[in-house]
Amino acid sequence: MLLEQKTVLVKEMLIKTIFAGFGGQGVLSMGLNLSQAAMSEGKHVTYLPSYGAEVRGGTANCTVAISDEEIASPVASSPDFVVAMNQPSLVRFQNQIQSGGLLFINSSITEPVVSRGDIEVIEVPASDIAEELKSPKSANMVMMGAFSKKTNLVLLSTLIEVLKNTFKTKKMLIDINKKALTAGYDLF
Amino acid sequence: MYGNAAIGEAAIRAGCQCYFGYPITPQNELTEYMATNLSRRKGCSFVQAESEVSAINMVYGASLAGVRTMTSSSSPGISLKQEGISYLAACELPAVIVNISRGGPGLGSISAAQSDYFQSTRGGGHGDYRTIVLAPSSVQELADLTHRAFDLADRYRIPVIILGDGMLGQMMEPLEFKYDAPSELPVRSDALRGAKGRPSRIVKTFTSRPTELEELNWSLFRRYRLIEKEETTYEIYLVEDAELVVVAFGAAARIAKGAIRNARANGLKVGMFRPITLWPFPYEKISELTQTTKHFLVFEMNMGQMIEDVKLAVEGKREISFYGRPGGVIPTPSEVLRVITRLYYQKGLKTEK
Repeated sequence: MLLEQKTVLVKEMLIKTIFAGFGGQGVLSMGLNLSQAAMSEGKHVTYLPSYGAEVRGGTANCTVAISDEEIASPVASSPDFVVAMNQPSLVRFQNQIQSGGLLFINSSITEPVVSRGDIEVIEVPASDIAEELKSPKSANMVMMGAFSKKTNLVLLSTLIEVLKNTFKTKKMLIDINKKALTAGYDLF
Repeated sequence: MYGNAAIGEAAIRAGCQCYFGYPITPQNELTEYMATNLSRRKGCSFVQAESEVSAINMVYGASLAGVRTMTSSSSPGISLKQEGISYLAACELPAVIVNISRGGPGLGSISAAQSDYFQSTRGGGHGDYRTIVLAPSSVQELADLTHRAFDLADRYRIPVIILGDGMLGQMMEPLEFKYDAPSELPVRSDALRGAKGRPSRIVKTFTSRPTELEELNWSLFRRYRLIEKEETTYEIYLVEDAELVVVAFGAAARIAKGAIRNARANGLKVGMFRPITLWPFPYEKISELTQTTKHFLVFEMNMGQMIEDVKLAVEGKREISFYGRPGGVIPTPSEVLRVITRLYYQKGLKTEK
């Protein structure tokens, strides 16, 4: 009994991340990739896409919670990390981040105007780098690479393994996504 | 896997042969999953009906034909199905009805809520009947309870409701399926498939003789007593030494659990009681808890519905408080922790040294 209570006292590791951007930028796939990577590293994971009466081309977001223990709520009212792929996402989510949290901004298409001093802002020119790689669609994977380097939430190698599985039926896409991931990872 | 997809896959693995649906958020992924996966299976059919009413009546027909059948919807759509559910209950037909509930009343909101507790646990439609109500609180449990729902429906010849909510249906969690799809689809022996070589059977919901109907009601309620005795399920969490027990079901229970973990870390002796079957409700176990715990907090994502059952179980022996967020607002674990902490000190409950 005593032992059981002691384990309760240990502060659990619970990290919540919100990915947000335009519909089509691959923000939901970023969340899905992270969830699957965390799952294969043996963590508890929940993934909750935002749904609603969204308009086509409007904003999309998803929340990923990763923990060593059972996850109480998949909703994040104050996330540890926010990835903002466009301006509206930056405006909407920057005030929700926990003090000391990280804010990733796709600086290629977003003015990094941040009104808080208690969070770390990481500017990633994701769209530009993806453009250089001649694959503008993989801006999300560039960002994912930078995200995994800065947060250490999951290993880059796990993310690459997940990619291989995601594109099982479209093998030609594995290489370019891998390149994008690594390019983002090597930024920092 | 999405919660909604998990229900679909679990249903297929339980031998569900016919699914009838009509789109409504937040359960659309389930209909989509069945459209893609059930219709591909040999001997199975998926039909998108022209309305919720016709979907439940297709279930009625499929159940008469002896196959495992399911429909799903969300709150306003489930209201429309009530007539059919009452008929299923009257004819003693098994069926599985999934409610991925949302905010109400009226068309409400598309966000997760638990305001369909009364409707689910009190029968829902007209007449003196009950349905078994299962309340999962994780994606894994959505799958497990879907399988159990089909077994219960067949065993007791009763409609079974799975009461989930928009959060569980939309979220993705790792899960394992414990069963493979059966190689042969189950067909009940009492199916109406032609009376060749036997006397005909009549299944009906109307009689002009009240005494005959009274006998049906008696027989239904004898079976309900048996279900109460055999099938009541719940989960308890850290209740042995708890001064305060939080009673919550479904999504609210997992939020409460997070709050309780942190309350324990602060030295508050808090536990949780989670009914898994909302009907039959675990009155007895809660009654037992009144001997060890000082205070109950009922926490629901509505204005207080399950609290009535908790009151029936506690019978005035202990005080009960309530905290709820209606309309599709999803409370956070830290919000619930604040409620627990305030209540704990207000009531002068003992902490650990």
